[in-house]
Amino acid sequence: MLISLNHIYYILGALVAIVALLSFQDKGNPKRVLTGTFWGLYAISFLFGNMISPVYMGVLAIAMAVIAGFGGVRMGKHAEATVEERTAQAKKLGNWLFMPALLIPIITIIGTLGLKDFTIAGLQLLDKANITLVSLGVACVIALLAAMSLTKDKKLQPIKESRRLFDAIGWAAVLPQMLATLGALFAAAGVGQVVSDLVSAAIPVDNRFMVVLAYTIGMALFTMIMGNAFAAFPVMTAGVGLPLIVKMHGGDPAVLAAIGMFSGYCGTLMTPMAANFNIVPAALLDLPDKNGVIKAQVPTAILLLTVNVFLMYFLVF
Amino acid sequence: MTLLGIAVVIIGFALRFNPLLVVVVAGIVTGLAGNLPVEKILAIFGEAFVKNRYLPLFMLTLPVIGLLERNGLKEQALALIGKIKAATTGRLLILYLFIRELAAAIGLTALGGHAQLVRPLIAPMAEAAAENKYGPLPESTRNKIKAFSASADNVGLFFGEDIFIAFGAILLMKGFFEQNGIILEPLHIAVWGIPTAIAAFIIHGTRLFLLDRKIQREVECGAAGNKQVKELNKHAY
Repeated sequence: MLISLNHIYYILGALVAIVALLSFQDKGNPKRVLTGTFWGLYAISFLFGNMISPVYMGVLAIAMAVIAGFGGVRMGKHAEATVEERTAQAKKLGNWLFMPALLIPIITIIGTLGLKDFTIAGLQLLDKANITLVSLGVACVIALLAAMSLTKDKKLQPIKESRRLFDAIGWAAVLPQMLATLGALFAAAGVGQVVSDLVSAAIPVDNRFMVVLAYTIGMALFTMIMGNAFAAFPVMTAGVGLPLIVKMHGGDPAVLAAIGMFSGYCGTLMTPMAANFNIVPAALLDLPDKNGVIKAQVPTAILLLTVNVFLMYFLVF
Repeated sequence: MTLLGIAVVIIGFALRFNPLLVVVVAGIVTGLAGNLPVEKILAIFGEAFVKNRYLPLFMLTLPVIGLLERNGLKEQALALIGKIKAATTGRLLILYLFIRELAAAIGLTALGGHAQLVRPLIAPMAEAAAENKYGPLPESTRNKIKAFSASADNVGLFFGEDIFIAFGAILLMKGFFEQNGIILEPLHIAVWGIPTAIAAFIIHGTRLFLLDRKIQREVECGAAGNKQVKELNKHAY
């Protein structure tokens, strides 16, 4: 095949590597060595992830968490465009500015749906097993070329802008990946089994509605405890969703996943543990009540969770 | 004992430690509680980390978004929103909810956010819309409008995002099922998110629609309260 998922990883790896180098050189960042090391290690995981033994990759991942955990990843200094410059550019380019941004989802969908069996001289163009991801990678490259020709910015500018956004996201970029490793460890240690046993003992498992109720409400509650639906998903799905809804009652895993995760998001709306969505904005908006945003969201969350229970019940089987 | 890791997560988040660190410590504790040897724990970390490298693939969009932002993407988005004459707080926030959800659904999650758009623009505009109509607002009403502005961002983002096939959550789900021997196409999962996404818009949109009346009632109550105070003052003369 001509373009595989690994090629996309190499592109991202190269991007992160250059960001790491720029971070090392950024004298405006008091922790530039640690910040650069963090992104450098991350780049290594993309460029050489397949070649390094899992044990060393584990050490690398933990090292990244330790660097971030003790405040080693800091915001660098960025030469940002002023509001006047941006407004002038916006006036000049108008709605064309939306075009490259829209190209990303459009090309991704075209690639996913239309180019699945496309071949050039007998060679598969895109990696079939990972068609969406590969399409996304290709879409980003094409959109970037479009954006560069539209804005006529200098060659290194997109990478400098990426570093600005990488810095803004910071260690949080790695969090979903790290939560996935937590899921793997939960699985290896049998946490799902324990939760499954607890739930199975508590509900009549042959009743479809009760099982759906336990899974959706469980997703919301567990998300409220963990502050993150990503972390709750593997546990609840391994413990309840997969064995009871999919395997025992023959439910559709795609429906289970989509509505299950959304049930988790209902939990996110109701918990202070999801600090960046609920507590930080309250502070940003100078609300005297730190739970003000949560209070505005609770009725929506409860109604939507109820809707999810029934959607799941009617759609999954 | 195996649930010890969950306890670590709860305590760690409650004490506001860095989430990355909390997750790693919880992972190690879970592994040890499950009687896994240290080398095996490290290997699981490494294996899962490499296997889930597709999760941060969204970062490939950042050079594009960054470049467009530098050239006035947000300014142009604001100009576009400004052209729509939004008369009331509720309608304005419904519009924002709609745009936020739609933008997230096509992968433009960067178009919005509490720090970038809600605080500098959406909340002030929502307040201004009510003020135009009723004059100065009671402090509690003002805070309510701000809180609802933040909620519109959250609801729009959460329930729009999972329809975009390349978003992390969809890929996390795909990866989870893959580990369990079930192969799912991301697009297939994304499609089943649509009913909930529509329900989220209807429910929160209705609540935002009702917000206008709530504001009116609160302001009138406040005004009535003021009138009473004035009349009392009159009697005092």
